[in-house]
Amino acid sequence: MSAPFGRRLCEVAANRDSGGYRVVSVIDREGPGPRAGQFYMLAAASGWGGRDGRAFLPRAISVAATRPAAGGGVRLDFLLDAVGPGTARLGELGEGEAAWITGPLGNSFAAPREVSAGAAGAVLVGGGVGVAPLALLRRRFSEHDVPHRVLLGFRDRAHTGGLDLFCGSSGALCPDVRLATEDGHTGLQGRVTDLLLPILAGDDARSGVVYSCGPPAMLEAVRTLCAEHAVAVELALESPMACGFGACFGCAVPKPGGGFLRLCVDGPVLRGDEVEEVSHAYA
Amino acid sequence: MPELCGIELAHPVLNASGTYDAIAARAVFGDALLDDFPFGAFVSKTITPEPRAGNAPRRIWETPSGMINSIGLPNKGLEGFLAEDLPRLAELPVPLIVSIMATTREDFARCVGRVAARAEVAAIELNVSCPNVHSGLIVGEDPSETEALLDALRPLTEKPLIVKLTPNVAAPAAVAGGAERGGADAVSLINTLKGTATDPATGEPALGNGYGGLSGPAVRPVALEQVRSVRAAVDLPIVGMGGISTGADAAEFLALGAVVVAVGTESFRDPRAGARVAAELESSLRPERISEAALDLD
Repeated sequence: MSAPFGRRLCEVAANRDSGGYRVVSVIDREGPGPRAGQFYMLAAASGWGGRDGRAFLPRAISVAATRPAAGGGVRLDFLLDAVGPGTARLGELGEGEAAWITGPLGNSFAAPREVSAGAAGAVLVGGGVGVAPLALLRRRFSEHDVPHRVLLGFRDRAHTGGLDLFCGSSGALCPDVRLATEDGHTGLQGRVTDLLLPILAGDDARSGVVYSCGPPAMLEAVRTLCAEHAVAVELALESPMACGFGACFGCAVPKPGGGFLRLCVDGPVLRGDEVEEVSHAYA
Repeated sequence: MPELCGIELAHPVLNASGTYDAIAARAVFGDALLDDFPFGAFVSKTITPEPRAGNAPRRIWETPSGMINSIGLPNKGLEGFLAEDLPRLAELPVPLIVSIMATTREDFARCVGRVAARAEVAAIELNVSCPNVHSGLIVGEDPSETEALLDALRPLTEKPLIVKLTPNVAAPAAVAGGAERGGADAVSLINTLKGTATDPATGEPALGNGYGGLSGPAVRPVALEQVRSVRAAVDLPIVGMGGISTGADAAEFLALGAVVVAVGTESFRDPRAGARVAAELESSLRPERISEAALDLD
Protein backbone atom coordinates (compact mmCIF):
# COMPACT_ATOMS: atom_id res chain seq x y z
CA MET A 1 0.00 0.00 0.00
CA SER A 2 1.37 3.39 -0.99
CA ALA A 3 2.25 6.04 1.53
CA PRO A 4 0.03 9.12 1.33
CA PHE A 5 1.67 11.59 -1.04
CA GLY A 6 3.45 14.31 0.87
CA ARG A 7 4.22 15.16 4.46
CA ARG A 8 1.48 15.75 6.99
CA LEU A 9 1.22 17.39 10.37
CA CYS A 10 0.56 15.03 13.25
CA GLU A 11 -0.08 15.61 16.90
CA VAL A 12 2.38 14.33 19.46
CA ALA A 13 0.41 12.25 21.94
CA ALA A 14 3.12 11.25 24.39
CA ASN A 15 6.81 11.37 25.15
CA ARG A 16 8.30 9.06 27.76
CA ASP A 17 11.69 7.85 28.91
CA SER A 18 12.87 4.42 27.86
CA GLY A 19 16.12 3.53 29.58
CA GLY A 20 17.88 6.66 28.43
CA TYR A 21 16.15 6.88 25.05
CA ARG A 22 12.81 8.59 24.43
CA VAL A 23 9.66 7.04 23.03
CA VAL A 24 7.70 9.70 21.15
CA SER A 25 4.17 8.84 20.05
CA VAL A 26 2.39 10.64 17.25
CA ILE A 27 -1.15 10.23 15.95
CA ASP A 28 -1.39 9.75 12.19
CA ARG A 29 -4.99 10.27 11.12
CA GLU A 30 -4.41 9.63 7.42
CA GLY A 31 -1.86 6.98 6.69
CA PRO A 32 -2.00 3.21 6.59
CA GLY A 33 -0.43 1.35 9.48
CA PRO A 34 3.25 0.53 8.96
CA ARG A 35 4.72 -2.93 8.48
CA ALA A 36 7.58 -4.01 10.71
CA GLY A 37 10.81 -2.51 9.41
CA GLN A 38 9.20 0.49 7.71
CA PHE A 39 10.19 4.01 8.65
CA TYR A 40 8.93 7.57 8.52
CA MET A 41 10.70 10.84 7.83
CA LEU A 42 10.16 12.98 10.92
CA ALA A 43 10.66 16.66 11.65
CA ALA A 44 9.40 18.92 14.39
CA ALA A 45 6.88 21.46 13.12
CA SER A 46 8.57 24.20 15.12
CA GLY A 47 12.09 24.60 16.40
CA TRP A 48 13.46 22.58 13.49
CA GLY A 49 16.57 24.52 12.64
CA GLY A 50 17.77 26.26 15.77
CA ARG A 51 20.46 28.84 16.38
CA ASP A 52 22.97 27.01 14.18
CA GLY A 53 20.52 26.32 11.35
CA ARG A 54 20.13 22.65 12.17
CA ALA A 55 18.29 20.35 12.16
CA PHE A 56 17.41 21.07 8.55
CA LEU A 57 16.53 17.75 6.94
CA PRO A 58 13.90 15.36 8.31
CA ARG A 59 15.17 12.25 10.10
CA ALA A 60 14.44 8.66 9.06
CA ILE A 61 13.09 6.79 12.09
CA SER A 62 11.67 3.26 12.12
CA VAL A 63 8.53 2.36 14.00
CA ALA A 64 8.84 0.61 17.37
CA ALA A 65 5.14 0.08 18.03
CA THR A 66 1.80 0.98 16.51
CA ARG A 67 -1.86 0.53 17.35
CA PRO A 68 -5.17 2.04 16.29
CA ALA A 69 -5.63 5.52 17.70
CA ALA A 70 -8.71 6.58 19.58
CA GLY A 71 -10.74 8.71 17.22
CA GLY A 72 -9.26 7.14 14.07
CA GLY A 73 -5.91 6.60 12.42
CA VAL A 74 -2.89 4.99 13.96
CA ARG A 75 -0.61 5.80 16.84
CA LEU A 76 3.07 5.51 15.94
CA ASP A 77 5.76 5.05 18.59
CA PHE A 78 9.31 6.08 17.66
CA LEU A 79 12.39 5.24 19.73
CA LEU A 80 14.86 8.12 19.74
CA ASP A 81 18.47 8.34 20.82
CA ALA A 82 19.62 11.96 20.92
CA VAL A 83 22.79 11.65 18.86
CA GLY A 84 22.50 15.00 17.05
CA PRO A 85 20.36 18.11 16.68
CA GLY A 86 17.55 16.30 14.85
CA THR A 87 17.09 13.36 17.17
CA ALA A 88 17.57 15.69 20.16
CA ARG A 89 14.74 17.96 19.00
CA LEU A 90 12.48 15.04 18.13
CA GLY A 91 13.20 13.52 21.53
CA GLU A 92 11.99 16.62 23.32
CA LEU A 93 8.72 16.94 21.38
CA GLY A 94 6.03 17.51 23.98
CA GLU A 95 2.49 16.25 24.15
CA GLY A 96 0.31 18.51 22.02
CA GLU A 97 3.18 19.66 19.80
CA ALA A 98 3.10 18.91 16.09
CA ALA A 99 5.48 16.89 13.94
CA TRP A 100 5.78 16.52 10.18
CA ILE A 101 5.73 12.91 9.03
CA THR A 102 6.09 11.30 5.61
CA GLY A 103 5.47 7.58 5.34
CA PRO A 104 5.28 4.72 5.94
CA LEU A 105 8.35 4.32 3.73
CA GLY A 106 10.63 1.51 2.64
CA ASN A 107 10.19 -2.24 2.63
CA SER A 108 9.65 -4.53 5.60
CA PHE A 109 10.86 -7.76 7.12
CA ALA A 110 9.64 -10.94 5.43
CA ALA A 111 8.20 -13.80 7.49
CA PRO A 112 10.18 -17.05 7.64
CA ARG A 113 8.97 -19.62 5.15
CA GLU A 114 9.05 -22.47 7.67
CA VAL A 115 6.91 -21.72 10.69
CA SER A 116 5.94 -25.22 11.79
CA ALA A 117 6.32 -25.99 15.47
CA GLY A 118 9.61 -27.83 14.98
CA ALA A 119 11.29 -25.19 12.81
CA ALA A 120 13.95 -22.86 14.12
CA GLY A 121 11.65 -19.97 13.33
CA ALA A 122 12.72 -16.41 13.65
CA VAL A 123 15.70 -15.15 15.64
CA LEU A 124 15.59 -11.41 16.27
CA VAL A 125 18.95 -9.85 17.13
CA GLY A 126 19.08 -6.22 18.21
CA GLY A 127 21.19 -3.63 19.90
CA GLY A 128 21.08 0.08 20.63
CA VAL A 129 18.31 2.13 19.11
CA GLY A 130 18.07 -0.61 16.48
CA VAL A 131 15.88 -2.65 18.81
CA ALA A 132 12.95 -0.49 17.68
CA PRO A 133 11.88 -2.25 14.47
CA LEU A 134 12.46 -5.61 16.14
CA ALA A 135 9.97 -4.70 18.85
CA LEU A 136 7.30 -4.23 16.17
CA LEU A 137 8.43 -7.38 14.34
CA ARG A 138 8.25 -9.40 17.56
CA ARG A 139 4.71 -8.14 18.12
CA ARG A 140 3.71 -9.22 14.63
CA PHE A 141 5.28 -12.64 15.02
CA SER A 142 3.51 -13.11 18.36
CA GLU A 143 0.18 -12.14 16.82
CA HIS A 144 0.65 -14.63 13.99
CA ASP A 145 2.08 -17.45 16.10
CA VAL A 146 5.39 -17.43 14.26
CA PRO A 147 7.93 -19.23 16.46
CA HIS A 148 10.58 -16.71 17.45
CA ARG A 149 13.29 -15.83 19.89
CA VAL A 150 14.65 -12.36 20.65
CA LEU A 151 18.26 -11.63 21.55
CA LEU A 152 19.13 -8.13 22.71
CA GLY A 153 22.46 -6.58 23.63
CA PHE A 154 22.93 -3.67 26.01
CA ARG A 155 26.03 -1.98 27.36
CA ASP A 156 25.28 -1.65 31.07
CA ARG A 157 22.66 -0.85 33.69
CA ALA A 158 22.56 2.81 32.62
CA HIS A 159 22.09 2.02 28.92
CA THR A 160 18.98 -0.08 28.46
CA GLY A 161 17.13 2.15 26.00
CA GLY A 162 14.18 0.41 24.41
CA LEU A 163 14.25 -2.63 26.71
CA ASP A 164 10.77 -1.86 28.02
CA LEU A 165 9.42 -2.37 24.49
CA PHE A 166 10.06 -6.06 25.13
CA CYS A 167 8.40 -6.19 28.54
CA GLY A 168 4.84 -7.25 29.29
CA SER A 169 2.25 -5.13 31.03
CA SER A 170 3.60 -6.31 34.40
CA GLY A 171 6.96 -4.80 33.51
CA ALA A 172 8.68 -8.17 33.40
CA LEU A 173 10.77 -9.13 30.40
CA CYS A 174 8.81 -11.27 27.95
CA PRO A 175 9.83 -14.95 28.15
CA ASP A 176 10.93 -15.10 24.50
CA VAL A 177 13.61 -12.43 25.08
CA ARG A 178 17.19 -13.09 26.19
CA LEU A 179 19.71 -10.41 27.07
CA ALA A 180 23.44 -9.95 26.82
CA THR A 181 25.06 -7.08 28.68
CA GLU A 182 28.66 -6.01 28.56
CA ASP A 183 28.77 -5.45 32.33
CA GLY A 184 26.86 -8.63 33.11
CA HIS A 185 24.36 -6.92 35.40
CA THR A 186 21.67 -9.02 33.83
CA GLY A 187 21.55 -11.78 31.25
CA LEU A 188 24.69 -13.18 29.71
CA GLN A 189 27.85 -11.16 30.24
CA GLY A 190 29.09 -10.51 26.72
CA ARG A 191 27.70 -9.54 23.37
CA VAL A 192 24.51 -10.40 21.65
CA THR A 193 26.45 -12.45 19.12
CA ASP A 194 27.46 -14.71 22.03
CA LEU A 195 23.78 -15.56 22.34
CA LEU A 196 23.36 -15.96 18.61
CA LEU A 197 26.29 -18.28 17.95
CA PRO A 198 24.95 -21.41 19.71
CA ILE A 199 21.62 -20.98 17.91
CA LEU A 200 23.36 -20.76 14.54
CA ALA A 201 25.32 -23.90 15.41
CA GLY A 202 22.11 -25.85 16.13
CA ASP A 203 21.01 -28.62 13.79
CA ASP A 204 17.81 -26.85 12.82
CA ALA A 205 19.33 -23.40 12.32
CA ARG A 206 19.08 -23.48 8.53
CA SER A 207 15.30 -23.68 8.66
CA GLY A 208 15.24 -20.35 10.47
CA VAL A 209 15.77 -16.72 9.62
CA VAL A 210 17.74 -14.13 11.57
CA TYR A 211 16.39 -10.56 11.67
CA SER A 212 18.77 -7.92 12.91
CA CYS A 213 19.00 -4.20 13.51
CA GLY A 214 21.58 -2.30 15.51
CA PRO A 215 24.97 -0.62 15.35
CA PRO A 216 26.99 -1.26 12.18
CA ALA A 217 29.63 -3.38 13.93
CA MET A 218 26.94 -5.59 15.43
CA LEU A 219 25.14 -5.93 12.10
CA GLU A 220 28.36 -6.83 10.34
CA ALA A 221 29.12 -9.49 12.97
CA VAL A 222 25.62 -10.92 12.60
CA ARG A 223 25.85 -10.84 8.80
CA THR A 224 29.20 -12.64 8.83
CA LEU A 225 28.12 -15.28 11.36
CA CYS A 226 24.95 -16.03 9.43
CA ALA A 227 26.89 -16.33 6.18
CA GLU A 228 29.35 -18.73 7.81
CA HIS A 229 26.49 -20.90 9.05
CA ALA A 230 24.44 -20.57 5.86
CA VAL A 231 21.49 -19.12 7.76
CA ALA A 232 19.25 -16.59 6.04
CA VAL A 233 19.46 -13.11 7.54
CA GLU A 234 17.60 -9.86 7.02
CA LEU A 235 19.33 -6.69 8.17
CA ALA A 236 17.58 -3.38 8.80
CA LEU A 237 20.19 -0.76 7.96
CA GLU A 238 20.53 2.93 8.57
CA SER A 239 22.11 5.42 6.20
CA PRO A 240 22.31 9.19 5.86
CA MET A 241 19.08 10.03 4.10
CA ALA A 242 17.69 13.42 3.07
CA CYS A 243 14.32 12.48 1.60
CA GLY A 244 13.25 8.88 2.24
CA PHE A 245 11.48 8.46 -1.13
CA GLY A 246 14.24 7.91 -3.66
CA ALA A 247 14.84 11.53 -4.62
CA CYS A 248 18.19 12.43 -3.11
CA PHE A 249 20.31 9.32 -3.84
CA GLY A 250 22.13 9.98 -0.56
CA CYS A 251 21.50 6.65 1.15
CA ALA A 252 23.74 4.59 -1.11
CA VAL A 253 24.72 1.14 0.18
CA PRO A 254 27.34 -0.77 -1.83
CA LYS A 255 26.12 -3.96 -3.50
CA PRO A 256 28.29 -7.06 -3.77
CA GLY A 257 29.88 -6.94 -7.21
CA GLY A 258 29.59 -3.18 -7.57
CA GLY A 259 26.99 -0.48 -7.73
CA PHE A 260 24.74 0.79 -5.01
CA LEU A 261 21.31 0.28 -3.54
CA ARG A 262 19.18 3.19 -2.39
CA LEU A 263 18.38 2.19 1.15
CA CYS A 264 15.15 4.20 1.30
CA VAL A 265 13.47 2.46 -1.63
CA ASP A 266 15.46 -0.79 -1.89
CA GLY A 267 15.54 -1.22 1.92
CA PRO A 268 15.83 -0.44 4.74
CA VAL A 269 15.63 -4.22 5.16
CA LEU A 270 18.21 -6.03 3.04
CA ARG A 271 19.05 -9.71 2.83
CA GLY A 272 22.53 -10.53 4.03
CA ASP A 273 23.60 -11.46 0.51
CA GLU A 274 22.52 -8.06 -0.82
CA VAL A 275 25.11 -6.31 1.34
CA GLU A 276 28.83 -6.11 0.67
CA GLU A 277 29.72 -5.16 4.22
CA VAL A 278 27.92 -3.17 6.91
CA SER A 279 30.19 -0.21 7.51
CA HIS A 280 30.22 3.02 9.44
CA ALA A 281 31.03 4.65 6.10
CA TYR A 282 27.39 4.58 5.12
CA ALA A 283 25.53 3.53 8.23
CA MET B 1 -0.20 30.81 -18.14
CA PRO B 2 3.56 30.83 -17.53
CA GLU B 3 5.78 29.53 -20.28
CA LEU B 4 9.40 28.66 -20.79
CA CYS B 5 10.84 28.81 -24.32
CA GLY B 6 7.34 28.40 -25.74
CA ILE B 7 6.48 25.47 -23.45
CA GLU B 8 3.27 26.24 -21.61
CA LEU B 9 3.35 25.40 -17.92
CA ALA B 10 0.46 24.96 -15.50
CA HIS B 11 2.56 26.84 -12.95
CA PRO B 12 6.06 28.31 -12.86
CA VAL B 13 7.73 25.91 -10.41
CA LEU B 14 9.97 23.17 -11.81
CA ASN B 15 12.19 20.70 -10.01
CA ALA B 16 15.93 21.14 -10.02
CA SER B 17 17.62 18.33 -11.93
CA GLY B 18 18.71 15.49 -9.71
CA THR B 19 16.43 16.30 -6.80
CA TYR B 20 13.36 14.27 -7.70
CA ASP B 21 13.15 10.75 -9.06
CA ALA B 22 9.57 10.69 -10.32
CA ILE B 23 9.76 6.97 -11.04
CA ALA B 24 10.83 6.12 -7.49
CA ALA B 25 8.35 8.63 -6.06
CA ARG B 26 5.52 7.00 -8.01
CA ALA B 27 6.50 3.63 -6.58
CA VAL B 28 6.44 5.08 -3.07
CA PHE B 29 3.39 7.32 -3.26
CA GLY B 30 1.39 5.64 -6.03
CA ASP B 31 -0.58 7.42 -8.73
CA ALA B 32 -1.42 10.21 -6.27
CA LEU B 33 1.88 11.60 -7.52
CA LEU B 34 0.40 11.96 -11.02
CA ASP B 35 -2.97 13.27 -9.83
CA ASP B 36 -1.26 16.01 -7.87
CA PHE B 37 2.08 16.37 -9.64
CA PRO B 38 4.10 19.03 -7.81
CA PHE B 39 5.96 20.59 -10.73
CA GLY B 40 4.97 22.62 -13.78
CA ALA B 41 7.56 20.73 -15.83
CA PHE B 42 9.76 17.81 -14.86
CA VAL B 43 13.53 17.91 -15.27
CA SER B 44 15.19 14.49 -15.33
CA LYS B 45 18.22 13.54 -13.35
CA THR B 46 21.30 14.15 -15.49
CA ILE B 47 22.01 11.33 -17.93
CA THR B 48 25.47 10.58 -19.28
CA PRO B 49 26.55 8.61 -22.36
CA GLU B 50 27.42 5.54 -20.30
CA PRO B 51 25.92 4.24 -17.03
CA ARG B 52 27.37 5.58 -13.79
CA ALA B 53 27.13 4.02 -10.33
CA GLY B 54 27.75 7.29 -8.51
CA ASN B 55 30.18 8.20 -5.76
CA ALA B 56 31.20 6.13 -2.76
CA PRO B 57 29.35 6.95 0.44
CA ARG B 58 29.11 9.04 2.47
CA ARG B 59 27.12 11.12 -0.02
CA ILE B 60 25.24 13.72 2.02
CA TRP B 61 26.03 15.94 4.97
CA GLU B 62 23.64 18.31 6.70
CA THR B 63 24.88 21.87 7.14
CA PRO B 64 23.33 24.99 8.67
CA SER B 65 20.16 25.55 6.63
CA GLY B 66 21.37 23.27 3.89
CA MET B 67 23.22 20.17 2.86
CA ILE B 68 26.26 19.10 0.89
CA ASN B 69 25.89 16.27 -1.60
CA SER B 70 28.41 14.27 -3.55
CA ILE B 71 26.06 11.89 -5.32
CA GLY B 72 28.13 11.57 -8.49
CA LEU B 73 25.37 11.45 -11.14
CA PRO B 74 24.32 7.81 -10.86
CA ASN B 75 22.23 7.00 -13.94
CA LYS B 76 21.50 4.22 -16.42
CA GLY B 77 23.34 5.89 -19.28
CA LEU B 78 21.82 7.20 -22.50
CA GLU B 79 20.50 3.90 -23.85
CA GLY B 80 19.20 2.70 -20.49
CA PHE B 81 17.44 6.00 -19.99
CA LEU B 82 15.83 5.96 -23.42
CA ALA B 83 14.70 2.35 -23.12
CA GLU B 84 13.62 2.17 -19.48
CA ASP B 85 13.10 5.59 -17.94
CA LEU B 86 11.87 7.86 -20.73
CA PRO B 87 8.65 5.90 -21.41
CA ARG B 88 7.78 6.08 -17.72
CA LEU B 89 8.66 9.77 -17.41
CA ALA B 90 6.46 10.39 -20.45
CA GLU B 91 3.50 9.30 -18.30
CA LEU B 92 3.95 12.36 -16.10
CA PRO B 93 1.24 14.97 -16.68
CA VAL B 94 3.73 17.80 -17.41
CA PRO B 95 6.32 18.68 -20.07
CA LEU B 96 9.57 16.74 -19.77
CA ILE B 97 13.01 18.33 -19.82
CA VAL B 98 15.96 15.94 -20.03
CA SER B 99 19.27 16.88 -18.45
CA ILE B 100 22.41 15.72 -20.27
CA MET B 101 26.11 15.76 -19.43
CA ALA B 102 29.08 14.47 -21.41
CA THR B 103 32.81 15.09 -21.44
CA THR B 104 33.31 15.51 -25.17
CA ARG B 105 31.40 17.51 -27.75
CA GLU B 106 30.91 14.34 -29.76
CA ASP B 107 29.31 12.51 -26.83
CA PHE B 108 27.22 15.56 -26.00
CA ALA B 109 26.06 15.69 -29.61
CA ARG B 110 25.20 11.99 -29.65
CA CYS B 111 23.12 12.35 -26.46
CA VAL B 112 21.37 15.51 -27.60
CA GLY B 113 20.58 14.00 -30.97
CA ARG B 114 19.13 10.80 -29.54
CA VAL B 115 17.13 12.53 -26.80
CA ALA B 116 15.84 15.37 -28.96
CA ALA B 117 14.54 12.87 -31.49
CA ARG B 118 12.06 11.55 -28.93
CA ALA B 119 8.67 13.19 -29.09
CA GLU B 120 8.20 12.83 -25.32
CA VAL B 121 10.98 15.36 -24.73
CA ALA B 122 10.00 19.04 -24.65
CA ALA B 123 13.43 20.52 -23.99
CA ILE B 124 16.99 19.63 -23.09
CA GLU B 125 19.02 20.98 -20.21
CA LEU B 126 22.80 20.90 -20.69
CA ASN B 127 24.70 20.18 -17.49
CA VAL B 128 28.02 21.86 -18.26
CA SER B 129 29.54 21.52 -14.79
CA CYS B 130 31.93 18.94 -16.19
CA PRO B 131 35.30 18.92 -17.90
CA ASN B 132 35.86 18.80 -21.63
CA VAL B 133 38.42 15.99 -21.67
CA HIS B 134 40.09 17.52 -24.74
CA SER B 135 40.68 20.96 -23.29
CA GLY B 136 40.71 20.02 -19.61
CA LEU B 137 38.50 23.01 -18.89
CA ILE B 138 35.22 22.81 -17.07
CA VAL B 139 32.86 23.80 -19.87
CA GLY B 140 30.58 25.85 -17.68
CA GLU B 141 33.47 27.77 -16.15
CA ASP B 142 34.60 29.15 -19.49
CA PRO B 143 32.52 31.39 -21.80
CA SER B 144 34.29 30.23 -24.99
CA GLU B 145 33.97 26.54 -24.13
CA THR B 146 30.29 27.06 -23.44
CA GLU B 147 29.79 28.96 -26.69
CA ALA B 148 31.68 26.31 -28.66
CA LEU B 149 29.60 23.54 -27.13
CA LEU B 150 26.40 25.34 -28.06
CA ASP B 151 27.77 25.96 -31.57
CA ALA B 152 28.14 22.20 -31.90
CA LEU B 153 24.76 21.30 -30.41
CA ARG B 154 22.53 24.05 -31.71
CA PRO B 155 22.20 22.68 -35.25
CA LEU B 156 21.09 19.28 -33.94
CA THR B 157 17.67 20.24 -32.68
CA GLU B 158 15.04 22.92 -32.73
CA LYS B 159 13.95 21.94 -29.25
CA PRO B 160 14.90 24.41 -26.53
CA LEU B 161 18.42 24.05 -25.13
CA ILE B 162 18.74 25.26 -21.56
CA VAL B 163 22.23 25.72 -20.16
CA LYS B 164 22.57 24.93 -16.45
CA LEU B 165 25.12 27.39 -15.14
CA THR B 166 27.58 26.59 -12.39
CA PRO B 167 27.89 29.17 -9.62
CA ASN B 168 31.53 28.24 -9.04
CA VAL B 169 32.93 30.98 -11.26
CA ALA B 170 33.86 34.60 -10.78
CA ALA B 171 31.46 35.85 -13.46
CA PRO B 172 28.52 33.59 -14.29
CA ALA B 173 27.13 36.37 -16.47
CA ALA B 174 30.08 35.96 -18.84
CA VAL B 175 29.35 32.24 -19.20
CA ALA B 176 25.69 33.06 -19.78
CA GLY B 177 26.88 35.37 -22.56
CA GLY B 178 28.74 32.48 -24.15
CA ALA B 179 25.59 30.37 -23.96
CA GLU B 180 23.58 33.15 -25.59
CA ARG B 181 26.09 33.65 -28.42
CA GLY B 182 26.08 29.90 -29.03
CA GLY B 183 22.33 29.91 -29.48
CA ALA B 184 21.01 28.65 -26.16
CA ASP B 185 17.30 29.25 -25.54
CA ALA B 186 17.53 29.73 -21.78
CA VAL B 187 19.84 29.43 -18.81
CA SER B 188 19.10 27.81 -15.46
CA LEU B 189 20.94 28.73 -12.30
CA ILE B 190 22.35 28.03 -9.86
CA ASN B 191 23.85 24.58 -9.64
CA THR B 192 25.30 23.70 -6.22
CA LEU B 193 28.18 25.62 -4.67
CA LYS B 194 31.34 23.65 -4.07
CA GLY B 195 31.63 22.87 -0.39
CA THR B 196 32.99 20.42 2.11
CA ALA B 197 32.86 19.50 5.78
CA THR B 198 34.82 17.35 8.17
CA ASP B 199 33.26 14.69 10.32
CA PRO B 200 33.82 15.83 13.90
CA ALA B 201 34.03 12.19 14.97
CA THR B 202 37.07 11.51 12.78
CA GLY B 203 38.47 14.87 11.64
CA GLU B 204 38.39 13.44 8.12
CA PRO B 205 36.39 14.78 5.18
CA ALA B 206 32.77 13.92 5.83
CA LEU B 207 31.99 12.97 2.25
CA GLY B 208 33.34 9.93 0.45
CA ASN B 209 34.36 12.06 -2.49
CA GLY B 210 36.09 14.62 -0.28
CA TYR B 211 33.85 17.50 -1.31
CA GLY B 212 30.44 18.11 -2.77
CA GLY B 213 27.85 20.71 -3.65
CA LEU B 214 26.04 22.91 -1.14
CA SER B 215 22.31 23.50 -1.54
CA GLY B 216 19.36 24.65 0.50
CA PRO B 217 18.39 28.04 1.94
CA ALA B 218 22.05 28.67 2.83
CA VAL B 219 22.83 29.39 -0.84
CA ARG B 220 19.80 31.55 -1.66
CA PRO B 221 21.44 35.00 -1.46
CA VAL B 222 24.24 33.79 -3.74
CA ALA B 223 21.71 32.43 -6.21
CA LEU B 224 19.70 35.65 -6.19
CA GLU B 225 22.76 37.74 -6.96
CA GLN B 226 23.77 35.45 -9.79
CA VAL B 227 20.28 35.63 -11.26
CA ARG B 228 20.43 39.42 -11.02
CA SER B 229 23.82 39.64 -12.70
CA VAL B 230 22.91 37.18 -15.46
CA ARG B 231 19.65 39.02 -16.08
CA ALA B 232 21.63 42.23 -16.54
CA ALA B 233 23.98 40.59 -19.05
CA VAL B 234 21.80 38.47 -21.34
CA ASP B 235 18.29 38.46 -22.76
CA LEU B 236 17.73 34.71 -22.32
CA PRO B 237 14.91 33.45 -20.13
CA ILE B 238 16.19 32.40 -16.72
CA VAL B 239 15.15 29.37 -14.68
CA GLY B 240 16.01 30.59 -11.18
CA MET B 241 16.82 28.26 -8.32
CA GLY B 242 18.87 27.98 -5.17
CA GLY B 243 17.37 27.48 -1.75
CA ILE B 244 13.76 28.15 -2.65
CA SER B 245 11.50 26.74 0.03
CA THR B 246 8.52 29.11 0.01
CA GLY B 247 6.48 31.16 -2.42
CA ALA B 248 8.09 34.29 -1.01
CA ASP B 249 11.51 32.88 -1.89
CA ALA B 250 10.31 32.14 -5.42
CA ALA B 251 8.91 35.68 -5.73
CA GLU B 252 12.39 37.07 -5.06
CA PHE B 253 13.82 35.13 -7.98
CA LEU B 254 11.01 36.29 -10.26
CA ALA B 255 11.48 39.87 -9.12
CA LEU B 256 15.17 39.72 -10.04
CA GLY B 257 14.49 38.44 -13.51
CA ALA B 258 13.79 34.70 -13.50
CA VAL B 259 10.86 33.69 -15.72
CA VAL B 260 10.26 30.46 -13.83
CA VAL B 261 11.84 28.89 -10.76
CA ALA B 262 12.88 25.44 -9.59
CA VAL B 263 12.76 23.74 -6.21
CA GLY B 264 15.44 21.25 -5.25
CA THR B 265 16.49 20.51 -1.70
CA GLU B 266 13.13 21.58 -0.27
CA SER B 267 11.52 18.59 -1.99
CA PHE B 268 13.61 16.33 0.26
CA ARG B 269 11.91 17.90 3.27
CA ASP B 270 8.49 18.14 1.67
CA PRO B 271 7.71 15.86 -1.29
CA ARG B 272 4.95 18.24 -2.41
CA ALA B 273 7.10 21.37 -2.01
CA GLY B 274 6.81 22.29 -5.70
CA ALA B 275 3.03 22.53 -5.55
CA ARG B 276 3.14 24.30 -2.21
CA VAL B 277 5.61 26.90 -3.46
CA ALA B 278 3.45 27.44 -6.55
CA ALA B 279 0.34 27.91 -4.43
CA GLU B 280 2.10 30.25 -2.03
CA LEU B 281 3.48 32.21 -4.94
CA GLU B 282 0.07 32.63 -6.47
CA SER B 283 -1.51 33.77 -3.23
CA SER B 284 1.35 36.01 -2.12
CA LEU B 285 1.64 38.04 -5.32
CA ARG B 286 -1.10 40.14 -6.74
CA PRO B 287 -2.18 38.62 -10.07
CA GLU B 288 -1.38 41.80 -12.00
CA ARG B 289 2.14 41.83 -10.63
CA ILE B 290 2.74 38.28 -11.82
CA SER B 291 1.57 39.14 -15.33
CA GLU B 292 3.64 42.32 -15.38
CA ALA B 293 6.70 40.41 -14.33
CA ALA B 294 6.06 37.81 -17.00
CA LEU B 295 5.62 40.49 -19.66
CA ASP B 296 8.86 42.20 -18.70
CA LEU B 297 10.74 39.01 -19.28
CA ASP B 298 9.26 37.99 -22.60
